[in-house]
Amino acid sequence: MNRPLIRTALRAGEPAPAVAELPAKLRVRHLNFYYGAYQALHDITLDIPANRVTAFIGPSGCGKSTLLRSFNRMYSLYPDQHAEGEVLLDSVNIIELARDLPLIRAKIGMVFQKPTPFPMSIYDNIAFGVRLFERLSKRQMDERVEWALTRAALWPEVRTKLDQSGNSLSGGQQQRLCIARCIAIKPEVLLLDEPCSALDPISTARIEELITELKNDYTVVLVTHNMQQAARVSDYTAYMYLGQLIEYGDTDTIFIKPQSKQTEDYITGRFG
Amino acid sequence: MWILGTLFYEGGAALLRAQLYYQMTPPPGDDGGLANAIAGSLMIVGTATLLGTPVGILAGTYLAEYGKKSWLAAATRFLNDVLLSAPSIVIGLFVYTVYVARAKHFSGWAGAVALALIVIPVVVRTTDDMLKLVPNSLREAAVALGCPTWKMIVLVTYRAARTGILTGILLALARISGETAPLLFTALNNQFWSLDLNRPMSNLPTVIFQFAMSPYADWHRLAWGGATLITLAVLGLNVVARVLFTRKD
Repeated sequence: MNRPLIRTALRAGEPAPAVAELPAKLRVRHLNFYYGAYQALHDITLDIPANRVTAFIGPSGCGKSTLLRSFNRMYSLYPDQHAEGEVLLDSVNIIELARDLPLIRAKIGMVFQKPTPFPMSIYDNIAFGVRLFERLSKRQMDERVEWALTRAALWPEVRTKLDQSGNSLSGGQQQRLCIARCIAIKPEVLLLDEPCSALDPISTARIEELITELKNDYTVVLVTHNMQQAARVSDYTAYMYLGQLIEYGDTDTIFIKPQSKQTEDYITGRFG
Repeated sequence: MWILGTLFYEGGAALLRAQLYYQMTPPPGDDGGLANAIAGSLMIVGTATLLGTPVGILAGTYLAEYGKKSWLAAATRFLNDVLLSAPSIVIGLFVYTVYVARAKHFSGWAGAVALALIVIPVVVRTTDDMLKLVPNSLREAAVALGCPTWKMIVLVTYRAARTGILTGILLALARISGETAPLLFTALNNQFWSLDLNRPMSNLPTVIFQFAMSPYADWHRLAWGGATLITLAVLGLNVVARVLFTRKD
């Protein structure tokens, strides 16, 4: 058997606790998702552990992004998409939420595949989200902006040009700006939808470091089509295929001793 | 080029005479200028823009952000396109029947309403198109931060589309500043200085029309001057619109 030699986030000799033993931040129960008449997710049930990095992997079109986007009801922007089932954040079912959607979305930050800086200055990009929920003095806001940019490892690069347009930054910097924008409103969960797919290896490495640091304070859910990345940064990994959750467990097990033949085929590169 | 050449040949000299800008339109044979027509045109066109732009932007926003592909939006878009290509004289007659005929007098307001009806479809169309060009990823990013839809539109998508929308408004402005037909039936004309929108008002296009049709040589000169003035203003607006649009970052 040619097992892939991949370094995982949890060291060998220190077995990761099973998902069920950890406090769950998000509980997904019997989630079905539809694009019009097409069913994209079939009866997904899983727990996302708090303060850990959980990765969703699988071939294109398997529903990993769809699953992620149901955690903050992104699909509600599009009238032909809908979900059934439960996604519980601290026992609130996000799927059936009607009124407090913006408040829940503020608790669940999201970073997208392509960097999406707003057409305004770097400072205002960060302050935008904060102003939606908090009324801060100029000084407090300055501090918050600096704090968020520092957490996103961007402060040294932009401290002298906060009034420049967010679009003037490089792709990697823009993506870190988007992460900073998310962190600035102090969410509890961070959803990252292939955050590195548009970036060069150096920017990718920086963002991966950042993810590992961020898990101390946030619950991170990462969608990636890069298996090495999942192995490097995640504690838990879910393998999905054709809208089904095939296997879910700690990253070491999934990558070294997968239970399912399908997972093994995908990970060893014989499929996908 | 030929048109521009003739225009400057015939009207250039009139433009350089200072009386053009401070004297009233004269009776035939007297010396005079176009001051009342210039002021009237500025007021009517300005009021029309102020009336038409908000309506146009709101309707365009509805189409691009809320209606999208619903039947109501599709019907609105179709009707808007019809209005966009409606002959301006029809719009003038429409305002004449519903407003002038009932009020029993011509007025600057009626002229402004007629021109606003020309502004609206242009602004609706550009707002709709420009907002559609804003990538959905930007909307998603704003909404993901917990931003309510209306704030997302006002703070993010308008900002992303602002140069495009502004260009549309300027082009609409350029289009109405030369419209004659709708004003013939609404604002009519006025030989004297009047800034009262409730009374008939002088304006450049009708003055040009009236003076050019007359048999007097000095009226012809003034008509040429007025035509050159409008052309230059429209040219200027178009240049500004073009510059704004290319500077879009």
